[in-house]
Amino acid sequence: MSEQQNLGWSRDEMAERAAQDIPNGAYVNLGIGIPEKVARYVPEGREVIYHTENGLLGMGDAPEPGQEDPELINAGKKQVTAIPGASYFHHADSFSMIRGSHIDICVLGAMQVAENGDLANWSTGNPDSIPAVGGAMDLVAGVKTINVITQHVTKKGHPKLIDKCTFPLTGVGVVSRIYTDLAVIDVTPDGFKVVELAPGVDFEYVQERTGCKLIAA
Amino acid sequence: MINKQVNSVHDAVANINDGATVMIGGFGEAGSPIELIHALIDHGAKDLTVVNNNTGSGHVGLAALIENKRVAKMICSFPKSANSFVFPDLYTKGEIDLELVPQGTLAERIRAGGAGVPAFYTATSVGTPLAEGKEVRTIDGRDYVLEYGLTADFSLIKCLKADRYGNLIYNKTARNFAPIMAMAAETTIVQTKEFVEAGEIDPEVVVTPGIFVDQVIVVADPLHESVLVAAGESYP
Repeated sequence: MSEQQNLGWSRDEMAERAAQDIPNGAYVNLGIGIPEKVARYVPEGREVIYHTENGLLGMGDAPEPGQEDPELINAGKKQVTAIPGASYFHHADSFSMIRGSHIDICVLGAMQVAENGDLANWSTGNPDSIPAVGGAMDLVAGVKTINVITQHVTKKGHPKLIDKCTFPLTGVGVVSRIYTDLAVIDVTPDGFKVVELAPGVDFEYVQERTGCKLIAA
Repeated sequence: MINKQVNSVHDAVANINDGATVMIGGFGEAGSPIELIHALIDHGAKDLTVVNNNTGSGHVGLAALIENKRVAKMICSFPKSANSFVFPDLYTKGEIDLELVPQGTLAERIRAGGAGVPAFYTATSVGTPLAEGKEVRTIDGRDYVLEYGLTADFSLIKCLKADRYGNLIYNKTARNFAPIMAMAAETTIVQTKEFVEAGEIDPEVVVTPGIFVDQVIVVADPLHESVLVAAGESYP
């Protein structure tokens, strides 16, 4: 593999690309990390309602200094605000919105995605680590569309898009679309299909960094 | 006359026995009934099974209850938040049990327990390690795992306003697990910032009807866990 620095999309550009696929009027849940950035890039003219599973629909930006409330937080336990028209609710209602398929789109991170749409994003299976799952399994089982934002390979250069996940699964066959630093890839009945390449990236370059066969658009 | 108000946090927790299952409200520090937890530490009940989404931060509140060796088992979804050292340390040493439950399944198990529903099927966790050993049933072509309702002997929760009947409203995202834990426990103990006359809370906006509440204690100026953690405080 040839090493090319700065090839492909940045983290913000990945978030910006993912934001283009969020339609007007959508109810959206964003995971922690790069997915949180998606909210900044939803095109003007679209109104999107953000759900945070700890119990708020209509989540706004971070509070201005002096306006923080430790009892107004998001699922990442960061202090947030509520937009005019927001609502608060308890956890069983919040997860009814998720499990009952009322939330339209969830964008989250991944450790591994398999070509059949299996997702692993909560545990490496290391017996010495403390297992923690939060709401990830509920989100992928219940939200209508699950999109993933992730670097194409791990920090060590291993593919994260592979034929079969080796880490414990979060959900089976749940992922619809993946935004990486190199490409936009759909999960199809025939496997991963590259639907868009980052500027300066060609299909072979992406294929070399993927753990299974890709389908060209 | 019905009046669920009690005089002190210590009176409120006085009947919690060794080996009890205790649901404790809160998602991180939002909604954590920290004064009731500290009173429970003072009270001394041990071998508790505690239900909470997390395992506390620093060395105060729930983390202090665990650090003081009062908890035999945690039932939670995310036991390793930022500033969470106590539980990971004891868990690594094999000194505390963990039942890891997906967050929405945890909420629904509590809701079901409080609603008299003994079990339900959910698609959450199907095909993952957290479904291992659980009954799977195919309904309309999709697989679901059987999960059991969860009840408790006691629940400790925090609210914004309460009246003598135990009608409650909450503050923002501090509501989280409190309304369903109030339903699921034999005895629900509430700390409230304000105590108001019956009728002052509009019946249209009551979140937890008083039937689910047993004891109310006023804590007008509650501590904030993040402030205590930042100051390096520990309890006792």
